[in-house]
Amino acid sequence: MNVLTVKNLNLSFGGLGVISNLSFDVEQGAIVSLIGPNGAGKTSVFNCLTGFYRANSGDISFNGESILRLKPHRITQKGMARTFQNLRLFKSLTVLENVMSGMHCRTGMGAVGAILRHAAQRAEEEEIQQVAERCLDFVGILEQKDRVAKNLPYGNQRRVEWARALATQPKLLLLDEPAAGLNYDEKAQLMKLIRRIREELKITIFLIEHDMSLVMNISEKVVVIDYGQKIAEGDCATVQKDPRVIEAYIGREEAGAHP
Amino acid sequence: MSVFDIVIQQIVNGLILGSFYTLVALGYSMVYGIIKLLNFAHGDIYMVGAFVGFSILSLLSGTLGDEWGGILVAMVLAMVAVGFLGVFIQRIAYRPLLSAPRLSILITAVGVSLVLSNSAMVATSGVYKAFNTGLGYEGFDLGNIHVTFTQLVMMAATVVLMVVLHLFISRTLYGKAMRAISIDMDACRLMGIDVNRVIALTFFIGSALAAAAGVMAGVYYGSIHFFMGFVIGLKAFTAAVIGGIGSIPGAMLGGLTLGLLESFGTQLPGIGTQWKDVFSFGLLILLLIFKPTGILGRTEIERM
Amino acid sequence: MAGPSATTTQVVKKGWLTVQEERLFDFFDDRRRRYAAYGILLLLALALPRVGDNYVLEIFTNSFFYIVLCLGLNIVVGYAGLLDLGYAAFFAVGAYTTGILTSEAGWNFWFTIPAAALFSAIAGVVIGGPTLRLRSDYLAIVTLGFGEITRIAARNLKELTGGASGLIGIHRPVLFGLELRRISHYYYVFLALVVIALFVSYRLQNSRLGRAWRYVREDEDAAEAMGIDRVAVKLYAYVMGAIFAGVAGCFFAAKMTAISPETFQFMQSATILMAVVLGGMGKIPGMIVGALALVLFPEIFRGIGSVRMLVFGLLLIVMMIFRPHGLWPERRN
Repeated sequence: MNVLTVKNLNLSFGGLGVISNLSFDVEQGAIVSLIGPNGAGKTSVFNCLTGFYRANSGDISFNGESILRLKPHRITQKGMARTFQNLRLFKSLTVLENVMSGMHCRTGMGAVGAILRHAAQRAEEEEIQQVAERCLDFVGILEQKDRVAKNLPYGNQRRVEWARALATQPKLLLLDEPAAGLNYDEKAQLMKLIRRIREELKITIFLIEHDMSLVMNISEKVVVIDYGQKIAEGDCATVQKDPRVIEAYIGREEAGAHP
Repeated sequence: MSVFDIVIQQIVNGLILGSFYTLVALGYSMVYGIIKLLNFAHGDIYMVGAFVGFSILSLLSGTLGDEWGGILVAMVLAMVAVGFLGVFIQRIAYRPLLSAPRLSILITAVGVSLVLSNSAMVATSGVYKAFNTGLGYEGFDLGNIHVTFTQLVMMAATVVLMVVLHLFISRTLYGKAMRAISIDMDACRLMGIDVNRVIALTFFIGSALAAAAGVMAGVYYGSIHFFMGFVIGLKAFTAAVIGGIGSIPGAMLGGLTLGLLESFGTQLPGIGTQWKDVFSFGLLILLLIFKPTGILGRTEIERM
Repeated sequence: MAGPSATTTQVVKKGWLTVQEERLFDFFDDRRRRYAAYGILLLLALALPRVGDNYVLEIFTNSFFYIVLCLGLNIVVGYAGLLDLGYAAFFAVGAYTTGILTSEAGWNFWFTIPAAALFSAIAGVVIGGPTLRLRSDYLAIVTLGFGEITRIAARNLKELTGGASGLIGIHRPVLFGLELRRISHYYYVFLALVVIALFVSYRLQNSRLGRAWRYVREDEDAAEAMGIDRVAVKLYAYVMGAIFAGVAGCFFAAKMTAISPETFQFMQSATILMAVVLGGMGKIPGMIVGALALVLFPEIFRGIGSVRMLVFGLLLIVMMIFRPHGLWPERRN
C-alpha cells in the first residue's frame, strides 16, 4: 500500500524548470530518503507535497486521495506533517506551547468554548496538554517544556520541531535535513529516534538528507534527483552503484574543483 | 450638454486626477517593490510637498512672479526638499526596523503619518490655506468644453516626469540596482551593491514625485490643508494595486485608470461626487478579492 | 573559591528600571496576587461614585469605554497581529444600529445589543473575508478605507442616519424599571462592561483559539504547516474585535443620546491603536493602562491639546524602535 504516490510532477518558476516529470512512491511503514546534489530541487519537492508550492502539472496522491490542489493546513489535517530545514519554531513561545500547536488540527473548541470553559472544553485542553507532553517525552526533552523556545540550544530546538510535527498525529512525516548541524552522537540518536517513530508510532518517514552515511544506514529506499529530475530509485545498494548517481555527485565535485 | 461634451469633460477631469494619482502611486509602488513596505505616510508626503511649494512660491513670488515660471521653480525646489525629507524619514523610522516583525514597521509608518499631518495642522491651526497663483483660465475650447492651459501644462509635466523616471529606471545603474534589489536583496548585498544607498534613492524619487503632485494639486484646486494627504494616500494605493503593486508601469497605468474610472463613475446614476470616494474604495476591495496582483503585477512565490 | 563553571552562563547587564519592572512583573506573576489586585481595583471603582463628583465620574466612564475598545482591538492587533486602522467603523455600526432601531423603529434598547453585535460581525466577515488572505500591509489600508466608507455612508444616507448632523434624541434605556439618566448609572454600566470584557479577553487568551492567534502572529507559514487555517483564525480575531466595538457602540449611543459621523473618524481609530500599542499589544493589564493614559493625558495636559496627536505619532515611532513590547515589560523565563 502506498502512502504517497507522485506522478509526473512538474514545477517551474517564471520559465525556469525546477521539477521535471518526477514520479516515485513511498510505501506505508517505510523509511525513504530523497537525495541529490545541492540545488537539485529537494526542498521544492517537499514544498509541493505539503501544498506551499502549486505544481504546474502532475499528481500527488496521499493515501489514495489527490492532494494536489489542497491548502497546506488541509494537507496536514489529512495526516502529512513536515519539519523545516531552517527550523521555524514559534520563537517567543514556550516549548510546550510550540508542541501544542500540533494538536490544533486534531481538536475543535472555538470562541464559545473558550469563554464558557465547559467540561468538554476542559477535557480537550487536558488532552492537548497530555499529547504534547507525550511527544516531548518521546523525543526526550520533557523537562524543557516551560522554557522559551529561542533560549534552547540548537540541538534541543530541533527536537522541539520534531515533537511539534509528531503532535499532529501524522501518518507520513516529512523530515527536511533533520541531521543538519548535528554532531556524531546526535546523529546516532537521530537514527534511533527515526526508527522508533516508525516502530512505535507506526508513522511512515520520508526524509531529505545530505549525510550519506545516515541515509544509507536508515533508508529502505532512496530516490535520487538532480536538476529536478529523478535519476534513480531503489534500495541503498542499487542506488549507490548506479552510474548516473555517481556521475551526478562526482560530476558536481569535479566542476567545483576547477578554479 | 451633449453626451460628447460630458465624455470629453470627464476625460479631461480623469486625466488630471489620474496625473495626481499616478505620481503618488509611483512612490508607493517603488517603495513597495524594493522593501515590501506600504509606506502609509506617503500620502502625507504629498501634502508636505504642497505646503513646501506654497511656502517657496510665497517667499519668492517677488522675484519669480506667480505664473508658470515661478510655479515650476517652486515645484522643483519643493521636490528636492521633500525628497530629502523622505530619505530622512526612511533613515530614522524605517531602516532600524527592516528586520523586525512586519507589524512594527507598519505601526511606525502610521506614526510618521500622524507626525506629518499633525505638524501641518499645528502650523496652520487647521485652516485651509489658499494657494494663490497668477494663472488665469485661458485655454481653448473642445466643443463646449473649455480646457485650460493650466490643465495641459500639468498633464505635460506629469508625462515628462514619467518619461524621465522610465529612462532612469531602465538606463542607469541605479535603476537596474533598484530592480535587482526588489527581486533578491541579499543577493544584491553579496554582489557589493550598496543597498542602503539605493533604498534611500528610491525614497528620494518617490517623495519628490509625490511632492510634485502636491504642488500641482495646490495650484489646480487653489487651496491646501493639512489633511489632504489622507484620501490621496488611499486612492494612490488603489491605483498602485490596479496596475500591480511593485510595478512602475503598473503605477502609471493604474493611476490613469483610476482617474478615468472615478471621473466617469461620478456620472453613473446614484453616485455623484459625494459617493466617489466610496466608489473608488469599493473598486479596491473588489480588486483585492478577484485580482490582487492587478493588471501588470506578478504573483509572489514565498520561499520556504 | 569556585573555578570557572563548565556551563556557559549569560551575564546580562540590566538597567535599574528594567530590574524594577521585572520585580513588579514577577510580583504579579502569581495568579492569586493578580486576582487580588483586580479585586481591589474593582472595590475602589465601586466606591468612587460616593466620593467623586460628576466630572470625575464622566472621566472614568469614558476610560471604561475606551478600555473596552482597547481590549477589543487588542484581540485583533495584540493577539492575532493584524493591523486594523478602521476599528472605529465597527463602533459606528453598533452605535448607529442602536440609534436607528431605538429612535426610528422603537425597539427596546436591550434587544438592539445582539442586533448590533450581529451587524458588526457581518461587517467584519465582509471586510475581513477577502482581505485576510492577502499580505498584512494590505489589511491596514483596506481597513482604513472601510473606516472611511462607513463614515461617508453615515454622512450621506441622510434618511437613515440623519446625515452629517447625526442622529439625535436616542432614547434612554430602562433597566429593571430604572431609566438610565445619570452619569453614575452609566458609570456602573460601563464598569460592568469592562468586567465582562476583561473576563472574555482572559478566557480567549488562554484557550486553543488564543494559542492559534499567537501561532499565526509569530509565524503564519509555520502555523499553516501545523494544520492551522490561518485565514479562518485571523477572521475569528477580526470578527471578535468587531463585536466588542459594536457592543461598546450601543452603550455609547445610549449614553450620548446623539451620535454623528464625525465621532468615527480615522483619528478615533488611530487613537485606540495608540493606546493598544502603548499598553503592549497583547497584554491585558497594559490595555487598562493604555486606555487610562489616553483619557487622562489630554485632561491633565489640556493646554497642549492640539499637539496631542503629534506627540502620539512620535511616541509610536519611538516605541516601535526602542520598546516594541510596550510599556509593559517583556515576558521572560
